[in-house]
Amino acid sequence: MSTQLPKAAVSPAAALPADRAESVFADYKPALTAAQAVVEANRCLFCLDAPCITACPTGIDIPQFIRKIATGNVRGSAKTIFDSNILGMSCSRVCPVEVLCVGDCVYNRMGQAPIQIGKLQRYATDTAFTAGYEYYEAGPPTGKKVALIGAGPASLACAHRLRRFGHEVVIFEKRAVVGGLNTTGVAPYKMKADRSVEEVEWVLAIGGIDIKNGVEIGKDLSLTDLERDFDAVFIGIGLGPDNHLGISGEDLDGVEGAVAFIERMKLGPVSVAGGARSPGSAILAGARGVVVGGGNTALDSVRELSGVGVADVTMVYRGTEPHMTGYEHEWKAGKIEGVKASWQTQPLEYIGEHGRVTGVRCIKLDDKKKPIAGTEHVIPADIVLVAIGQAKLLSELKTLDGIRMDKARVMVDGAGFTGRAKWYAGGDLVNGGKEVVNAVAEGRDAAIGIDAFLSGRGQPASGRPSTSGVVA
Amino acid sequence: MSAYIEPTFKKRLTQPDLTSNTGGIISPNPFWLASAPPANSGDQIKRAFDHGWGGAVWKTLGQPIQNVSSRFGGLHFRGTRAIGFNNIELITDRPLETNFREIAEVKRLYPKHAVIVSLMVETEAEWREIIARSIDAGADGLELNFGCPHGMCERGMGSAVGQEPKANERITSWVMKYSTIPVLVKLTPNVDDIVPNGMAAKAGGADGVSLINTIKSIIGVDLDRMTVEPRVGAKSSNGGYCGAAVKPIALHMVAALAREKDFGLPISGIGGICNWRDAAEFLALGSSSVQVCTEVMLRGYRIVEDMIEGLSTFMSDRGMTKLDDLIGKAVPTYSEWGDLDMNYETVAKIDADKCIGCNLCVVACDDGAHQCIHPESGTHVPRVDESECVGCNLCQIVCPVPDCITMVAVDNGYAPTTWNEHVAGTGTLRPKKGVHP
Repeated sequence: MSTQLPKAAVSPAAALPADRAESVFADYKPALTAAQAVVEANRCLFCLDAPCITACPTGIDIPQFIRKIATGNVRGSAKTIFDSNILGMSCSRVCPVEVLCVGDCVYNRMGQAPIQIGKLQRYATDTAFTAGYEYYEAGPPTGKKVALIGAGPASLACAHRLRRFGHEVVIFEKRAVVGGLNTTGVAPYKMKADRSVEEVEWVLAIGGIDIKNGVEIGKDLSLTDLERDFDAVFIGIGLGPDNHLGISGEDLDGVEGAVAFIERMKLGPVSVAGGARSPGSAILAGARGVVVGGGNTALDSVRELSGVGVADVTMVYRGTEPHMTGYEHEWKAGKIEGVKASWQTQPLEYIGEHGRVTGVRCIKLDDKKKPIAGTEHVIPADIVLVAIGQAKLLSELKTLDGIRMDKARVMVDGAGFTGRAKWYAGGDLVNGGKEVVNAVAEGRDAAIGIDAFLSGRGQPASGRPSTSGVVA
Repeated sequence: MSAYIEPTFKKRLTQPDLTSNTGGIISPNPFWLASAPPANSGDQIKRAFDHGWGGAVWKTLGQPIQNVSSRFGGLHFRGTRAIGFNNIELITDRPLETNFREIAEVKRLYPKHAVIVSLMVETEAEWREIIARSIDAGADGLELNFGCPHGMCERGMGSAVGQEPKANERITSWVMKYSTIPVLVKLTPNVDDIVPNGMAAKAGGADGVSLINTIKSIIGVDLDRMTVEPRVGAKSSNGGYCGAAVKPIALHMVAALAREKDFGLPISGIGGICNWRDAAEFLALGSSSVQVCTEVMLRGYRIVEDMIEGLSTFMSDRGMTKLDDLIGKAVPTYSEWGDLDMNYETVAKIDADKCIGCNLCVVACDDGAHQCIHPESGTHVPRVDESECVGCNLCQIVCPVPDCITMVAVDNGYAPTTWNEHVAGTGTLRPKKGVHP
C-alpha cells in the first residue's frame, strides 16, 4: 500500500502488566455452570418477535440462541450471537441488560423472574471461545481497501464484517492497546482488560485485519492521506479527554478525570494519596474519595474506588437520586457495596495542602439547582474523580467538507454514511457516548453500507436504524 | 455390538450431507413437517421451507370435512406446558382444487424440497382419482393415512384400515397400481404389534412406511364441568395423542420394524420429535427422515434451524459425512430381554460435591426401589449401600443435579451370561442383589 507508515505495527497481544489495579476485582455477575445454563435456557418461552430482540441494539436472535443452549447445540448458539454481534462475549458482560433485553423479557409482565439473557450469552460465547470454535472466513478478495480509525468496538465490528465481504482492512490505533473502551474503560467487576484483548484477538482470527498501533491520525497520518490511499474510511474514534468543571484546584494532585483514572487502573497499578509503598498496598488505609457526577461513568467510578480499597467514597451530584442519569440498578449495586451520595450538591473548589487535594468545598442546591446560602461545607477527599462527560473529537474532522455534524456528534444515516463520499462513522463519536453494543451495531451496519458503496450498489436502506446522531 | 463413536470436537464444522432418501423421496434434509395443521396450506409450507424444512407431508386430502370448535388439548406437568398433546381435528377441510393448486405452486417454487401428499379416501375409484390428481400437481410422494384414530376411523378410514393388516395390504396394493411416485404407508400405533402392520404395507407393495400416527387418548377431564376434554359444548371425543411424551412409544415401534429382518423398507419416523437430539435418536433407530408436528404447533417453524445445525454438529464431531453414517446405527443394540447380560452389574455413586441434599434419591429408593440409599448424620449427602444396590437407575433419574449420581459398572468377576444361556445351562449367574430374603 502506498501510505508510508511512520511506526512498526504492534501486536494486539501487547502484554498487559500483571499488577494492574483492576485485578483485585471479582466478577459481579458470576458465570453460569452448564447445568445452570440449561435450566435457565429451558425457562425461555421462545417468543416470536421477542421484545428482548427489539431491545438489543444489535438485534441478536435471543430466543434462538437460548433454545440452542437448551438442546445442547452450544456451538450453534454462539454462532447465532456472533452473526449479529461479533463482540458478543464482551457485550454479555458489559451490556446493561437490566434496561435492555432482560428488562424487556415478557416474564417481567407476569411477575416472574426474567430470563438471565446476559449470563446465557456469556455461557454460550465463553464456551465457544474456550473450545476455539471457528465460524467465519474472509470473503473472496474484492481489491478494495478500507481504513478504520480507532480500534474500539465500532471499528472492530466494522472491520470483521468488511473482511467477511472480502475487503482489505487496516485499523489505525493511537494507543498501544486494542479494544478501545472495552479494554480501557469497562468496570473491572464486569470485564477486565485482558479479556477484552483476548476477544480482539479472537475477532482478528478471521485474518487480514491489519492493526497499526501507535499511529495517530492528524499527527502521524492525515485524513487526506487516508482519503487518497483508501477506497473508504470508517471513523470510530469515540470521545476525547474528560471534561472538568473549571473550578479552582483542578491542578492539585489527586484530582483526575474519571475516564483517565479508569484507564490507568485497567492498564496498570494505581495509588491513592501518594507516597512510597510496597506493591499490593497502593491505597492508604482510610483514604477517602469523591466522585463528581451522576452518570454511569460516575457510578462505575464510585464502585471502582471502593473496590481498589478507598474506604469512604462519596458521589457528589447536583441533581436528586430519581433524576440521576446513571442506571438505577448500578446505583443500587453501589449502595450495597457501601458507597454514599451527596445529592443536590455542587463542588465549588478543590482544596489541598502541599499540592495534594484534601477535600472538595461544596454547596447544597435547591430543587431548581440554585445554591442555598449558608450550606457550604467541605467533603474530605484524598482522591477526586470528575465524571461529567468527555470532550468531542470533532475539530480535526471539520477540515473535511461534507461530513455532517452538530456541536456534539457526527451525523450519519442508518448505514453510517457521513455525507462525504467514502466517509463513514459509528460508535461514541456518532451516538454521543452509549454502550459497547450500540457501537457494535453501528460499526456492523456501516460495514454493510461501505460494502454497498464499494460494490456500486449505492446506499441501501440499512436493516436496523442506528442510534441517536442518525439523520434520516 | 455397540456402534459408539468417540466424538472429536472440531474447531470448524465439517458440514455433513444431510440429503435424505426415504423410499425414493429425496429431500435436502431429513426434517419434514408431518401431515397436520402446520402443513395445511401452501402459504404455510412455503414459509416452512424458507425456515429450512426439507419436506412437508401435506395435511391429509380426501373428501373435505367440517371440524368442530375446540380441537386440541394439552397435558401440562410440573409447570411445563403441553408435554403431551391431543387433537380431535380431522383431515383437510379445504376444497381439493385449492389444495392441488397450492401443491403445484409450492413444487414450482421449491422444486428441490419434498412435497408428500397424505391421502385418505374409501373406494378404489376414489384412490385412483386422488392419486392421479396428486401426481399431476407434482407431488414427490404419497403417504397413505391409515393411522388417524379419531373421527375418520368411525367412517371406516384412518386407523380402521391401519389396525387391520388385510385392509392395509389391499388398499396399499390398489394405490401401488395407480401410483408412479413413491408411496409411504402411515401406520397407527393403536395395535398390539406394529410388525404385522408394517409387513402388510410391504406386502401391498409400499416403498416405505411412516410412523407413528397419534395414539387414541383422552387428554383429561374438566372436573368442574365433569366433562371430557377438549370440551365441545357439553361433550368431547377421544383424540389422537402426540407431543414429547409419545417419543418412547414411537421409538419402540420404529425400532421394532427396523430390526425385523423380513421388513427392510425405509422408515419416516414420527412421534414427539422436538429437537435435533430426538431426530438423531429416530435416525439411529432406523428412520431415513423424521416428521414433526406438535413442537411446530407449540413453537413454530423456526425450530428447524437448531435441528439442522445441531444434527450437523453432532455428525461432524463424529466424522459422519452423510445420513447413512447415522441411520440405523443403534438398531443392533435393540435386543430381547433374554439376551441381556445378567452379570452386568452397576451401582449408584453420588458425587458429594454436587449433591444438594434434596434426598429425592433416598425416598425414591426407599419407597420405589430397593431401600439401599440412606441418610447420613452429619452430612446432607446420602450413602449408597452398594452391597444392596441393584443398579436400577431410579435415583439417577430422579436426581435434579446433572451428573451428580452416576451408575458405575462393577467388575464382579462373573463372565457375561444371558438368561437364555442360563436356561440352556451354559452360564453361571451372579447372586441376586436387593431381594432382602
